Amino acid sequence: MDAKEIIAKRVALEFKDGNVVNLGIGIPTVVAEYIPKGMAVLLHSENGYIGLGPALDPIDPDVVNAGAKPASILPGGAMFDSVMSFAIVRGGHLDFTVLGALEVDQQGNLANWMVPGKIVPGMGGAMDLVVGAKQVIVAMEHTAKDGAPKIVKECTLPLTGKAVVKMIVTNLAVFQVTGQGLVLSEVAPGVAIDKVRAATAAEFSISPLLKEMDIA
Amino acid sequence: MDKVITIPQCEEHLSHGITLAIGGFLAVGTPESLIDYLVEKQFQNLTVIGNDTSFFDKGIGRLVAGRQVKKIIVSHIGTNPETGKQMHSGELQVELVPQGTLAERLRCGGSGLGGVLTPTGLGTVVADNKRVINVNGKDYLLEMPLRAKVALIKATVGDKSGNLICRRSTRNFNPVMAMAADIVIAEVDRIVEVGEIDVDQVMIPGIFVDYICLSGRNADSGC
Repeated sequence: MDAKEIIAKRVALEFKDGNVVNLGIGIPTVVAEYIPKGMAVLLHSENGYIGLGPALDPIDPDVVNAGAKPASILPGGAMFDSVMSFAIVRGGHLDFTVLGALEVDQQGNLANWMVPGKIVPGMGGAMDLVVGAKQVIVAMEHTAKDGAPKIVKECTLPLTGKAVVKMIVTNLAVFQVTGQGLVLSEVAPGVAIDKVRAATAAEFSISPLLKEMDIA
Repeated sequence: MDKVITIPQCEEHLSHGITLAIGGFLAVGTPESLIDYLVEKQFQNLTVIGNDTSFFDKGIGRLVAGRQVKKIIVSHIGTNPETGKQMHSGELQVELVPQGTLAERLRCGGSGLGGVLTPTGLGTVVADNKRVINVNGKDYLLEMPLRAKVALIKATVGDKSGNLICRRSTRNFNPVMAMAADIVIAEVDRIVEVGEIDVDQVMIPGIFVDYICLSGRNADSGC
């Protein structure tokens, strides 16, 4: 199983029937493929609808996801404008938002919108999503491409949100962000705690209920 | 009242240095024929309010690529490398605004409100130099209203009195921008007689819309 599949499968286990979820660009988008069949999870697309589905053939140029990629709107979905879309986001109407990160720290701070002097893509809807969704899950590869830890003691990059992340899911582990700091609650199949420790710059404790991810 | 004009008739409402609100999300729901006209007439030093700077060859992105914009107020510039390049060289002033805050600032601008209190951006650089107001024990940022001189919006169908329908995900910022500008020009794919749009289907009431013009692009996508 590759890293993306591990992460996406594990995140999908969090959802319950009837949840309304926003999935960010990249690995979070892949989560949609692993939502169990028969479970009604409604996806929110911040450009203005509930009921985001996969692109159809032929594509409809008026239906795109928040990354401007072709998409569809599933039966039972609903269209709206940006004001209502973000009322849904900020107003606590989303059960989950799943986002990638450049850095996430042990206080639950998230940085994912710019690297000063290098790339400044902008925050888009991310700052609204992290303050408004009931649960914020960071879904990302455990380390950067060069192996540098992305789970750190304190973010050094400009923040997207302060103390907003509740859960971190990577290809190696699952952490819960608690009032007492990070708690390692799960490891990916075959991954030893030492490997997690070596790839993590933040301090964390180990849950007495530590288990393997249930993603077989 | 017949609000139908041709695109060249928009000229009297446009000028160098004007502040424009332009609808669309990554160019979906953007009035491309009106952008064609801004490019053709080479209006300069524009201030543009939009969700994003799209791609270099689409929507607002074309105005940036052609160096017609001096200031841009958007939530996202990542899909158009030209924006970042001009920002770093100092040619283009970029104000990045969280997307939901951008929508609410425009709503305030069009709704007679003095500002909005939002938790979005607290503890980030977005909060720099802004007032934090505590209401019932919870902090909020005070974000100020935003308006444009002219809004250029896109709809799929419009009747001659300016009532508009936007198809699928083309709606995005178009309704709120229609409320937040002195003059609103809507580009539509199809113009119908007054009364042909069922009143329950209207998404942007004609009272917000000053002029409508027919798109030179996909003339009728069927709604």
